[in-house]
Amino acid sequence: MTTPAPEAHISIRDLTMAYGSFVIQRDLCFDINRGDIFVIMGGSGCGKSTLLRHMLGLLAPAAGDILYSGQSFTLADEQAQHAMRRRWGITYQSGGMFSAMTLAENVALPLQLYTPCSRGEIADIVAYKLALVGLAGYQQYYPAEISGGMLKRAALARAIALDPEILFFDEPSAGLDPISSRLLDDLILELKESTGATVVLVTHELPSIFAIATNAVYLDAASRTMIAYGSPTELRDHSDQAVVRQFLTRGSNPGEPTEPAARSGNE
Amino acid sequence: MSDSSAGFQLVQQSDHSALLTLSGDWLQGSRAGSFAALSQQLHQATPESLVVDGAGLGQWDSTLAAFLLRCHNHCRQEGIPFTTRNLPAGTDKLLRLATAVEPHRQTAEPRGSWLAALNPLTVIARSTDLIRESLAFTGELSIALARLVVGKSNTRFEDFRHFCYQAGPEALGIISLTSVLVGMILAYLGAVQLQQFGAEVYVANLVTIGILREMGVLMTAVVMAGRTGAAYAAQLGTMQTNEEIDAITTMGISPMEFLVLPRFLALLVAMPLLTLYADLLGIVGGGIVAGGMGITPLQYISQTEQALAIHHLAVGLIKAVVFALLIAVAGCRAGINSGRSSAAVGQAATEAVVTAIVYLIVADAGINIIFQQIRF
Ligand SMILES: Nc1ncnc2c1ncn2[C@@H]1O[C@H](COP(=O)(O)OP(=O)(O)OP(=O)(O)O)[C@@H](O)[C@H]1O
Ligand SMILES: [Mg+2]
Repeated sequence: MTTPAPEAHISIRDLTMAYGSFVIQRDLCFDINRGDIFVIMGGSGCGKSTLLRHMLGLLAPAAGDILYSGQSFTLADEQAQHAMRRRWGITYQSGGMFSAMTLAENVALPLQLYTPCSRGEIADIVAYKLALVGLAGYQQYYPAEISGGMLKRAALARAIALDPEILFFDEPSAGLDPISSRLLDDLILELKESTGATVVLVTHELPSIFAIATNAVYLDAASRTMIAYGSPTELRDHSDQAVVRQFLTRGSNPGEPTEPAARSGNE
Repeated sequence: MSDSSAGFQLVQQSDHSALLTLSGDWLQGSRAGSFAALSQQLHQATPESLVVDGAGLGQWDSTLAAFLLRCHNHCRQEGIPFTTRNLPAGTDKLLRLATAVEPHRQTAEPRGSWLAALNPLTVIARSTDLIRESLAFTGELSIALARLVVGKSNTRFEDFRHFCYQAGPEALGIISLTSVLVGMILAYLGAVQLQQFGAEVYVANLVTIGILREMGVLMTAVVMAGRTGAAYAAQLGTMQTNEEIDAITTMGISPMEFLVLPRFLALLVAMPLLTLYADLLGIVGGGIVAGGMGITPLQYISQTEQALAIHHLAVGLIKAVVFALLIAVAGCRAGINSGRSSAAVGQAATEAVVTAIVYLIVADAGINIIFQQIRF
């Protein structure tokens, strides 16, 4: 990172998340800096998707606040929330592609809504975005007609349609083969480099965490709060929490700092 | 090697701990250890710690592991230390695996029993909730409609066209069948009574008024509630499961405008047209029966002309519009509020049909009373 003083783009302040009376996580407090590739880690069911849904404003916090560039999302009125959301691109864990529309229509929808582009221009942008994720020529396919991995990439194409400032991904590489998964990592890195976007992602893929993430938070299911924050390599080698070291080394040899086998040197 | 002394023995030690010695073959069907008996003994002894010794064990399978797990959980519950010694290596490892993750404690509200479902208070509370939700939903729908009128809505015309096709032409087959049959049923019912007075020819009046004011539109609405209302609930419920509705919301589009409005408008257009079609076929169905009873087609047509008044037709069409709203609200509300699983989608579809039919009948009764009062 060449930026001298990192600037907080998203701040989570004392956030408590609950479904009814069932608390998922409490007292979350951390910053996501502008230009970060930020990973939310944790065991299955610890509340990663739930945290993401809070950040997206789909669920209201039980307590605490979420700030975007210093402005509270929770307290903002509908108009302001709308304006903030327009600068985001999102992919969901189970796709979230509109099944009644072709891939081209899916990607074109945000462009039709929020840009003054003509039909022809939109078609060109759609073709470009689909090509970017390796789906050139699939414009007229319906989501049900392509494979799960292709669906993930199509969702990514829709998420980047408006060149967003913040990209949220819920498990973008789950279910992808190692090569596609690596290509997706490269794409995320490339997008970040070229547009300066902040990327927030939920993932379990250790190779991809070490390859692209600059910062991370670990949510613990047992204590229901965050127990580690920092760069993943740093956490793997020096975290004071055994669980975190164990998570980042796939459970092997929690005591000893080890060299990762799957570090893909693409810097 | 069948060891007759397969079982356990609990011995109280001098230092307030208890020693549980296991012996013999712990195999399925050997009835080596019943935890109930041990738990009784433990309750009487109230030891400060429990040590399990497996030195005397012979053969063993999951029965032993299950027994040990129950001992472990009991000790955890009572807060007393649990240690093992001389256990076969395998069981020790399995026990550690089985106890690595704390059992999930249910904090969600207990699922209602079927008795609670019959409790009149809960039934009333649930129905008032449902009505309140439906009213709120109708309010949101009106706001979306207003935005459409001022041209600020995100409703897609293509969707509207698609749903019109689904709700209109595709429904013609089933509507034809039901309305002809309902016309025939009405004619039979009337003919039997009217014959006693030698007034068979008035069957035509009865069928016409009955179909136009009541049966044509009601049967159409019931068919549409089962066909289209349930389809809406299933479509929207599946979109909820797929996170499609989340995607729409975060894209800054109101699901009301984007998903509900085109469906509602399609029904609003389709219902009056289908009702007219059903009226026509119902009268034809009545004519078939009348013909079978010796009334000539000419007689039937002229009687029908006499009875056919524009206000009867209007009553049917007004009902059609109201019913379209009710079916759309019942179907879309159930779908949008659906849970995120396939079971929940099924439940949403059921709820859509049941609430729609209840709303239809209540509204029909209400409208009839009003028209009766104003003599329309
Ligand atoms: N609608 C809901 N109502 C009640 N509890 C829920 C609901 N959705 C999720 N949960 C609970 O919240 C917890 C966190 O779920 P979440 O989906 O956020 O997990 P996750 O960390 O994303 O897991 P994974 O890695 O498997 O996707 C789980 O224990 C789950 O049981
Ligand atoms: Mg998840």
